[in-house]
Amino acid sequence: MTQPLTRRDLLSRAAGTVGAAVIGSSKGSAQTQSNDTTKSPGGPPTELGLRSPHERLLRPTSGSNVSRTPHQDLFGSITPSDLHYERHHAGVPEIDPVGYQLLVHGMVERPTIFTLDDLKRFPAVSRIAFLECSGNYGRNAGPDSKPEQICGLTSQSEWTGVALSTLLREVGASSDATWLVAEGQDAAVMTRSVPMEKAWNDAMVAYGQNGEPIRPAQGYPARLFLPGWEGNANVKWLRRIELADRPFMTREETSKYTDPLADGTARQFSFVFDARSIITKPAYPETIEPGWVEIRGIAWSGRGTIARVEISSDGGRSWTNARLQEPVLPKAHVRFRHLWNWDGTNTEIMSRAVDETGYVQPSRDALRAARGRRARGYHLNPVTAWTIRPDGRVFYKEEPPW
Amino acid sequence: MVRRQRTVAITIAGVLIIAAASHGQTRTSGSDYPERFGFGRAATHGEIDAWDIDVMPDGHGLPAGEGTAATGAGIYLRLCASCHGREGEGATAAPLVGADPESTPPFGPRYEAWRGDRPDVPYTIGNYWPYAATLYDYINRAMPSNAPGSLDADQVYGLVAWLLAKNGLISNDAIMNAETLPTVDMPARGIFVPVER
Repeated sequence: MTQPLTRRDLLSRAAGTVGAAVIGSSKGSAQTQSNDTTKSPGGPPTELGLRSPHERLLRPTSGSNVSRTPHQDLFGSITPSDLHYERHHAGVPEIDPVGYQLLVHGMVERPTIFTLDDLKRFPAVSRIAFLECSGNYGRNAGPDSKPEQICGLTSQSEWTGVALSTLLREVGASSDATWLVAEGQDAAVMTRSVPMEKAWNDAMVAYGQNGEPIRPAQGYPARLFLPGWEGNANVKWLRRIELADRPFMTREETSKYTDPLADGTARQFSFVFDARSIITKPAYPETIEPGWVEIRGIAWSGRGTIARVEISSDGGRSWTNARLQEPVLPKAHVRFRHLWNWDGTNTEIMSRAVDETGYVQPSRDALRAARGRRARGYHLNPVTAWTIRPDGRVFYKEEPPW
Repeated sequence: MVRRQRTVAITIAGVLIIAAASHGQTRTSGSDYPERFGFGRAATHGEIDAWDIDVMPDGHGLPAGEGTAATGAGIYLRLCASCHGREGEGATAAPLVGADPESTPPFGPRYEAWRGDRPDVPYTIGNYWPYAATLYDYINRAMPSNAPGSLDADQVYGLVAWLLAKNGLISNDAIMNAETLPTVDMPARGIFVPVER
């Protein structure tokens, strides 16, 4: 774990920069000699763009199957494709698009195999939406946790593909079919059942991500995309869709991805994400100065649009509405911002999302009361807070053990 | 693998009503769409059979073959124990065995009353898997994780039998096959409630 920067560190670094600038300013230039870019031509164009070598954006990985989006380092609402979170069940398969096939069968008139070129010939659709893993809450995060460790398993892309409804009409889907199973061609041959209502409504078979082919880690060459629904059901490396009149009850929708409740029952097929938000700045490991601070973060709901995001800068005693960056899209991360004049005293800042259905993001206590002591890690979306210390250092507000 | 007959046992459609407000960003029922585009080609029975490996809770899709705890024990020790523990107690991979408390999932009021000062019970096949046939489906498609899809039907039935017997759900000499496996009574069968929406 890297040590948080102190204000003294920052001040001494700033002083060093100023000193260098003074040395290099004998001709009155505002730039040092070493970084005066105005006196010789820059580099040529390149076939593939790269980030500035001064920027080091990385997804921290954990174990063999997870990497997280560094939300504390990002602006706006689109996640760069190479920083989209990953959650795999048996690694990332290498798939040659030339041999790729998608089989659609079961309760259909015409069992059909589509190639990738076939999928791309159909009328295309695009939408900007979040994709989130249902295990996206760092339940036991300590004070030195960044936003990526609290909720780095959600990312946002513009997804492009063919509407699943278009494929269903093409194969003559039976009106008696109520469920489909989607299957991947990874080494887990991952399967999830999806109700046909969702399949007909806004599901898509996506092959594009932010204008380019989907990245291998996100399901290249084609994946199921279910706006607003838990990532696991958005089957990657999609090879087969079978229509049926009942769910398949796969391992991933029975012993996994179900939500035990305090009353002794377990919610099954809890696909949709409830509204959630998090402040991504200021956040650990930042140090802030007294005066104006723009509090920034993201909010999203699987049920539709975010109606408002409330901010508290006094530990939850009072709340004011943040500004939402347009466009506010359904089932999408929206960027919120709130201007705050910090007086240099110890406090806590937090955000609370409300979606268009009126659903209010719950407190951790309320969530724990509903889910119980033995809740698993799925679909946990509590309000989280950052502690601001008088010296300006920001830490995650650690919660008592679940 | 599905036959086109209606099965009443586990139909929970109708409970699912998608939230009324539909955001039609990806809705495409364009009036200019033809009835069919004619893209793609007919799948052959052979192609479908090669990929259609799923097994339904009622046993549809289960192949011929059989196994018992005895035939599965050696396979388990050789292929599974290094990750799941010699007795299925869990190691680098999830625990598989443990049916305590009997007929109660490892959470909720009855569990808390039973637990007292005992350490918590993990989620296992014995207390959190609602369908025995799903074991066949999952092991057959995904296990062992370093060589998925490498087991034949008798081996999978043997592993399933060993796991069910270890969890106290069948006797040690019970033969698991396409007929018997779907009839195994799973303690967690009744705890799952589909979300209404």
